[in-house]
Amino acid sequence: MISSFFFYLFAAVTCLSGLMVVTSRNPVHSVLFLILAFFNAAGLFILLQAEFLAMLLVVVYVGAVAVLFLFVVMMLDINFVELREGFQKYRTLGIVIGIILLAELFTTFFQLAGDSGALPETTGVHNTAQLGRVLYTEYVYLFQLAGLILLVAMIGAIALTLRSRPGVKRQSISDQNSRRREDTVRLAKVRSGEGAEAKEGSH
Amino acid sequence: MEFSSLTFLAALPEFILIFFALVLVLVAAFARHSDGHIKTVRTISLVGYATGFAALFLLPQGATEIFNGMFRIDGLTVYMKGLVLLGGFFACWLVGDGWGEGIDRAEFHLLVLMAILGMLLMISANDLISLYMALELQSLPLYVVAAMRTGSLKSSEAGLKYFLLGALSSGMLLYGASMIYGFSGSTGFSEIAASLTTGDISIGMTVGMVFLLSGLAFKISAAPFHMWTPDVYEGAPTPVTALFAIVPKVASITLILSVTYNALGEMAVQWQQILIALSVISMIVGATGAIMQQNIKRMLAYSSIAHMGYALAGLASGSMQGSTSVIIYMTTYVFMGAGSFAVIMTMRRDGLPVERISDLSGLSSTHPIQAAGMMVIMFSMAGIPPLAGFFAKWYVFLAAVDAGLVPLAIIGLLTSVIGAFYYLRIIRLMYFQEANAPLDKGGERQNRLVLFASLAVILLFFFFIGPVHDHASSISGALASFS
Repeated sequence: MISSFFFYLFAAVTCLSGLMVVTSRNPVHSVLFLILAFFNAAGLFILLQAEFLAMLLVVVYVGAVAVLFLFVVMMLDINFVELREGFQKYRTLGIVIGIILLAELFTTFFQLAGDSGALPETTGVHNTAQLGRVLYTEYVYLFQLAGLILLVAMIGAIALTLRSRPGVKRQSISDQNSRRREDTVRLAKVRSGEGAEAKEGSH
Repeated sequence: MEFSSLTFLAALPEFILIFFALVLVLVAAFARHSDGHIKTVRTISLVGYATGFAALFLLPQGATEIFNGMFRIDGLTVYMKGLVLLGGFFACWLVGDGWGEGIDRAEFHLLVLMAILGMLLMISANDLISLYMALELQSLPLYVVAAMRTGSLKSSEAGLKYFLLGALSSGMLLYGASMIYGFSGSTGFSEIAASLTTGDISIGMTVGMVFLLSGLAFKISAAPFHMWTPDVYEGAPTPVTALFAIVPKVASITLILSVTYNALGEMAVQWQQILIALSVISMIVGATGAIMQQNIKRMLAYSSIAHMGYALAGLASGSMQGSTSVIIYMTTYVFMGAGSFAVIMTMRRDGLPVERISDLSGLSSTHPIQAAGMMVIMFSMAGIPPLAGFFAKWYVFLAAVDAGLVPLAIIGLLTSVIGAFYYLRIIRLMYFQEANAPLDKGGERQNRLVLFASLAVILLFFFFIGPVHDHASSISGALASFS
C-alpha cells in the first residue's frame, strides 16, 4: 500500500518534470527540472530494491551530468529562442518517434507482466554488496584495466591542453612565505614638503 | 576466482610495464624540467621495455588462462608480445633529441609505454570485454601522441581524424561484440567456440562477426577501412609515425588471429570470405595508392596497407600453415618498419626533419650506410630473394595456394610486382640522382643500432628461416582450431 503510494508519487513527479524539461521557457529551469526527474527516478529504483543504481543515478547524473548541463547552459552564449524556432518543424517526426517508443514499451509491458522469473533472487544480500563481490573478484582484471584507461585519458587530456606560456605571471607561494618584514618594509620619517626618497630595489 | 602466484607470474611483463608507467607518471610530474630530464625518461622507458622482454622468458610454459579466463598466455602470445616489446624498444630508441615541441616531453614516453601495455593486453585477450578494454587502452594514448604537437595544424588534424575514425571503429566493434554475446550467451572466447559447435550458426552470429572484424580491420588499416592511415602517418610527428608503422598492427593482427581461430573457428567459411575481400582490396589499394605519393611517410602508409593485405591473405587461408605464415610475416614487418624509419628519422636538412621522397635523392653520396640500409629494406619490402620480405610473402602465398585460394595468391603476386615499382624508385633516387640540397651530416649515430639490428635480421633471415618456421608452426598449434 505505502510502496504503491510512493511509486505513483515518484512516477507522477518524474513524468511531470520530464514534461517541464521540454516545455519550460528558461533553460536553467529545464535543467533544474531534469535534476528533479533524476531524483525521482532514483526513488523508483529504491522501490525496486536497486539501491546501487539509485545511488549511481544521483552521483553520476545529478552530481556530474546535470551540473555540467547547468554550466553549459549558463556559461555558453546560446540563443535559445533561435534554437526553439525549429521546434514546430519536427513535431510530426517527434510524435511518430514517441508513438513507436510508447508501442514498444506497451508490448514489453504486456509480454513481461507478472513474469519475474528472469530476475535473480536477491534475498539476503544487498545488490551493492553483490556487485562488489563480483567486481573485485571475477572482474578485477577489467576493473583495473578501466582504471588504467582513465589514467591514460587524464594524462592525455592534460598533455594536450596544458601549455606553459612564457610571460605569464604566476603566484610563487614559497617566495611569498619566505618574505620577511625586514626585507620589504622600511620605516622612513617623511618631512612635509620633501617626500620619501625611494631606495633601490626596496619597493 | 583464486589469486595465486600464477596470476601474477603469467602477467609478469604487463605488471612490469605498469610499474614503469607509474614511475614515469611520478617522474613526469615531479622531476625538474631540464635538458637531462627527457633523457632520464627515455632511459626509464627503454629499461621498461627491456625488463618486460626479459620477463617473457620467466612465463610459465604451455597454455594458461588467468583472471577468470579473460587473459590467456601460450606460445603464440608470448612470441607476439616479444615482437611488440622489441618494436616498442626500437620506436623509443629512435626518438632522440631535437624532435621539438610535443615529443621531447615526459608524457610522450609515458603514453607510448601505456599504448605498448595495451598492445600486450590485446594479444592476451581471451574475452570480448578484455579485448575491447585492451584495445581502448592501446588506442587512447595513440590518439593523443598523434596530436601531441599542439602547435602544428597537421598534427592536430591527424589526431582528430584518428580519434574520430577510431571511435567509429570501436562502435562497430562493440556492436558486433554485443551481437556475438547475445547469440552465443557468453563473452569468453572458449565459451563462444563451444556454443558454435552445437547446432547451426545463426545469422546473428554472422552479423556480429562481420561487425567485429570490420572494427578490427580499422585498427590494422585494411582497405576499405584505411582512409585514416595516409593522413595520420603524414600529419603525426615522425617518431609517432615510426611507432605506428612498427608496433600496433602486430597486436591487432594477433587479435584478429585469436578472434578468428580461437573464438570463431567453427565459422571459418563465413570469415574467410571477409578476410579474402579485405586482403584483395588492401593489396590493390596499397600497391596503387603508393605510386603517386610525394611524401615518404604517406608512401609507407600505403605500403603498410599493402603489407596488411598480404598478412590477411595468410589469415584467410584458415589453416595452420596460414597462421604460421602470418606470424612470420609480422616478424619481418616489425624489422622492416623499424629499419626504414631508422633511415627516415636520420634525414634532416638544417636541423629540420625532411620527409619528401625527393629529399632522398643522392643519399648514397652523403649517407652511404643509410642508403645501403634503405636499399636492402626496400628490396626486402618488394619481396626480392633472399631477403626476409621474400620469405614472408612466400609462406603467405604458399598457405593461400594450399588452401585453394589460387586467385588470391595470383592477385598478391601481381600487386607485389606493382609495389616493387615504388620501392625500386626510392633506390633509383638514392643511387642515380644528384642531391638537390645535401642533408645534414651526423646525428645518425644513435639510429644505427636499430638500422643494423633490422638489417641483420633482414639479411640473415635466410639462415634461420627453418627454426623460425618450426617455432611459428608449433606455437600456432596452441590456437583452438588446431587442438
